[in-house]
Amino acid sequence: MNFETIIGLEVHVELKTKSKVFSPSANVFGDEPNTNVNPIDLGYPGVLPLLNKEAVEYAMRAAMALNMDVATDTYFDRKHYFYPDNPKAYQISQDEDPIGRNGWIDIEVNGKTKRIGINRLHLEEDAGKLFHGEENSLIDYNRQGAPLIEIVSEADIRSPEEAYAYLDKLRKIIQFTGVSDVKMQEGSLRCDANISLRPYGQKEFGTKTELKNLNSFNFVRQGLEFEEKRQEEVLRLGGVIEQETRRFDEKTKETILMRKKGSSDDYRYLLEPDIMPLHIDEEWKERVRASLPELPDARLQRYIEQLGLDEYDATVLTGTKEMSDFFEETIALGADAKQATNWLMGDISGYMNKHDKELPDINITPESLAKMIQLIDEGTLSSKMAKKVVTELIEKGGDPEKIVKEKGLAQISDENQLRDIITEVLNENEQSIIDYKNGKGRALGFLVGQVMKKTKGQANPPMVNKILKEEMDKR
Amino acid sequence: MSKISKEQIKHVAALARLEISEDNLDKYAQEVGTLIELAEELNEVDTTNVKPTTHMLQTKNVMREDEAKKWTTREDILKNAPDHKDGLFRVPSILE
Amino acid sequence: MSQDLTIKEQLDQLKNKQVKASDLINESFKKIHENEKHIEAFITLNEEQAKLDAKKLDEQGFDEKYPLFGMPIGIKDNIVTKGLKTTAASQILANFDDPLYDATVVKKLKEAGAINVGKMNMDEFAMGSTTENSSFHVTKNPWNTDYVPGGSSGGSAAAVAAGMVPFALGTDTGGSVRQPAAFCGVVGMKPTYGRVSRFGLIAYASSLDQVGPLTRTVEDNARVLEVISGYDEMDLSSAPVDVPKFTDALTGDVAGLKIAVPKEYFQDGFDEDVKESVKHALKLLEDLGATWEEVSLPHLKYAASAYYIIAASEASSNLARFDGVRYGKRSENANNMLEMYTKSRSEGFGEEVKRRIILGTFAMSSDFYEDYYKKALQVRTLIKQDFENVLSEYDCIIGPTTPSTAYKFGEKSKDPLRMYASDLTTVPVNLAGLPAISVPAGFHNDNNMPIGMQIIGRPFDESTVYRVAHAYEQETGFYKEKPQIGGAKS
Repeated sequence: MNFETIIGLEVHVELKTKSKVFSPSANVFGDEPNTNVNPIDLGYPGVLPLLNKEAVEYAMRAAMALNMDVATDTYFDRKHYFYPDNPKAYQISQDEDPIGRNGWIDIEVNGKTKRIGINRLHLEEDAGKLFHGEENSLIDYNRQGAPLIEIVSEADIRSPEEAYAYLDKLRKIIQFTGVSDVKMQEGSLRCDANISLRPYGQKEFGTKTELKNLNSFNFVRQGLEFEEKRQEEVLRLGGVIEQETRRFDEKTKETILMRKKGSSDDYRYLLEPDIMPLHIDEEWKERVRASLPELPDARLQRYIEQLGLDEYDATVLTGTKEMSDFFEETIALGADAKQATNWLMGDISGYMNKHDKELPDINITPESLAKMIQLIDEGTLSSKMAKKVVTELIEKGGDPEKIVKEKGLAQISDENQLRDIITEVLNENEQSIIDYKNGKGRALGFLVGQVMKKTKGQANPPMVNKILKEEMDKR
Repeated sequence: MSKISKEQIKHVAALARLEISEDNLDKYAQEVGTLIELAEELNEVDTTNVKPTTHMLQTKNVMREDEAKKWTTREDILKNAPDHKDGLFRVPSILE
Repeated sequence: MSQDLTIKEQLDQLKNKQVKASDLINESFKKIHENEKHIEAFITLNEEQAKLDAKKLDEQGFDEKYPLFGMPIGIKDNIVTKGLKTTAASQILANFDDPLYDATVVKKLKEAGAINVGKMNMDEFAMGSTTENSSFHVTKNPWNTDYVPGGSSGGSAAAVAAGMVPFALGTDTGGSVRQPAAFCGVVGMKPTYGRVSRFGLIAYASSLDQVGPLTRTVEDNARVLEVISGYDEMDLSSAPVDVPKFTDALTGDVAGLKIAVPKEYFQDGFDEDVKESVKHALKLLEDLGATWEEVSLPHLKYAASAYYIIAASEASSNLARFDGVRYGKRSENANNMLEMYTKSRSEGFGEEVKRRIILGTFAMSSDFYEDYYKKALQVRTLIKQDFENVLSEYDCIIGPTTPSTAYKFGEKSKDPLRMYASDLTTVPVNLAGLPAISVPAGFHNDNNMPIGMQIIGRPFDESTVYRVAHAYEQETGFYKEKPQIGGAKS
């Protein structure tokens, strides 16, 4: 019997609002523990939640980017469970009427496009951070109340590979909307996976297990691959899969039983009486829709169709919002799209890969890149010299024109100046003129080299060639 | 469904993180049972198509602008903590 | 004696420099120290700070900008006060020395020049109607200390009745301002839901809770409500509605007003003397030019059941945060995380609180949610509609605040069900979110305890409620009668 794999993903994305979703504490990653915490975050007696409008609009924006229907009437619920990282012993979340419903995204696996449905997107608050020790656990509530959206896919994913592609695409889209940094290493994107197997042809889903502690896209894939095999073995031996939560072990790449799911999960949802319901009319929806930036698929299409880039280049350039925005700004400043692409994909990407850095970590800006390309176009800078300039810009930043001047990298394109130097070189190398006239091609190369030596490589090569020939013909 | 069993009380008490001694289970079962009986009088009322009233006021979309503000310091909040260490709240670990 | 004067009269004395704020505070504390051993209305006294505050006001000099300049006030202990212990009368908060912030109502009172003299006793987390559920001590009724003061705002009502403070704040979830006001012979107002900010009120049942003033006179009450009302950006459920000058409504003119009198308030189980008092009041209002008619609120009998389901469910949610992690009591007998929760909560909460948490958790658990909680919310809608129907034709509704006067300690509280049934008059008003006042309506012939009359108004029409209450009060003058502490009425 062959089995079909059914996967659904639950993704939590932390929104990068200035303040928390239900309190005015700063929403920042990495501060000293318990410094961005106030009585609301700590669930003090008497406090009430103060809903952040920006968080609502970010959630709407994300829902729209994922092709979802945005609810007209929605509200918040209390989800109850006791845990030290959950100060009120309830999390303010959304149960039956989330902000977003019925969306989809297209993914590409093995050259084929597949549409993955998204069931729902809702807004909720994040929990604090708990550090477990032998005898004690310690709690930092800085993250408590950070706005989160939970995005639940349909069970449309059929392989760990598709799961990876879904996550990658989801991350890219959310990143383009600007509502989150979507950094898994900082926890601003988190993923739980549900997986079950069923014999091909069977309609009903099999029993699923839930995977937790998947801290990178690769771990999601590896965890699912392991779990796919484990379940298949169990089923082949005539066993049954139990509904349980399993933890992915990053060292062994295996999934380990955490707990069996029982009827004990009773969250006793209660409509949040302290927050008035939301009524999102068409006007509000349109206003948020208008704030939605161009999304990666649309940009990719435009780069190919309007800017004439090839598909590979366009795909890489739209791979991250940072890269794509950098590119957009550069060409908006007048730089040629092809040249900008070449520099970004070539020297700049090469440097970042070598030093494991990202665009915000290096010093080149769209302004300086555009300026450098302009200098090349004007003939002030040779492509060869530009490689030195770009390295300087990446490492230290600055004004390309100044760098060219200070380092003496400007190309000599002044015809009279070049003619004087060439005359000097010809006077010093009579033999080479004879060789040239006798048809020895190498002589020309030698003479060009001499000119370059005299000008420290700054002579404009095509012009040197042209003038050399003219001057020798005169002799 | 008016009789409430001791097991139900135990289950609900556990959900609410309350300890109820064996001696008191009967008393609670009885009292909660009586209250539930009273509540079951509500079944006499026809509520077909009646919307539940969850909020007293009809106002909608009450939100604040996204501005970060400081209110209390870490020193303040740790002052009230039953136990803390190095700026973190401290609780017993999950296991004994 | 300042306890014979209204706030307005005292402000005039302050203005004319006949008294200073310090005099008022000193007098208040003198009264407290004389009577507290009999009444036990307070949980925490704020004497030192209050006297400093008064001194500061005196140095500043009287200023009409402050509508409550120098007025001593008692705050129910489920309203948080910065730097002053706030316990909600529970052991779980017995060590909660500094809530770190002032409730909006406290902030507004301070800004108006009022001085907090201390925190008032109450039923633990406002759950109860006798103040016997306080985990600290039992408050006695100033009219006769063998009798309960009512609850849950029993400390607030008793302190005002005993003349310890000119006014106090209470909170009302199902009658907790009006019932003790009736039992102690003072004026108690539960404003429209949303009229007063709940920020800083330790939540019992969020969709029902409101803060309200307890005062000796209707005029004082209107004056205090003017100060504490209004939309609050810290409470998004507070109403964005203008606050009228309630004192402007106190004209004594009730001519042409249409009053509804629900027949359900005159059935068996209501004390004859109480019914007589209300009938007498209606006759009096008639003499003043108002008219009244009997009406019916058909769903009233379901109010108590719906109330207990809704209140208990919300309470089980609101009280989940008391876990011994960030503040409040943590059990010393806990060896692991689960024990920290169960032991801290089991040792920290009293019996009545536990009972309601269990009931609420039960009603909200997934197997029963539809049967109980949702059904209760639907019945609430019908009760609300009953009131809306009546109030579309009448200006207000009048009936007794409570079916009987105060009872002796231990007389009723042993039977929780009978206690619950007694909430028929006050509870439906919270379910419908309406404003309602209790005004003194005479004394019972047998036990000489005060009787209270309830006037219920349209949403945000506290003005009409005050107008009727004031006209009646001025005609009868019951507010002039004072208890002799420790004995029967003088």
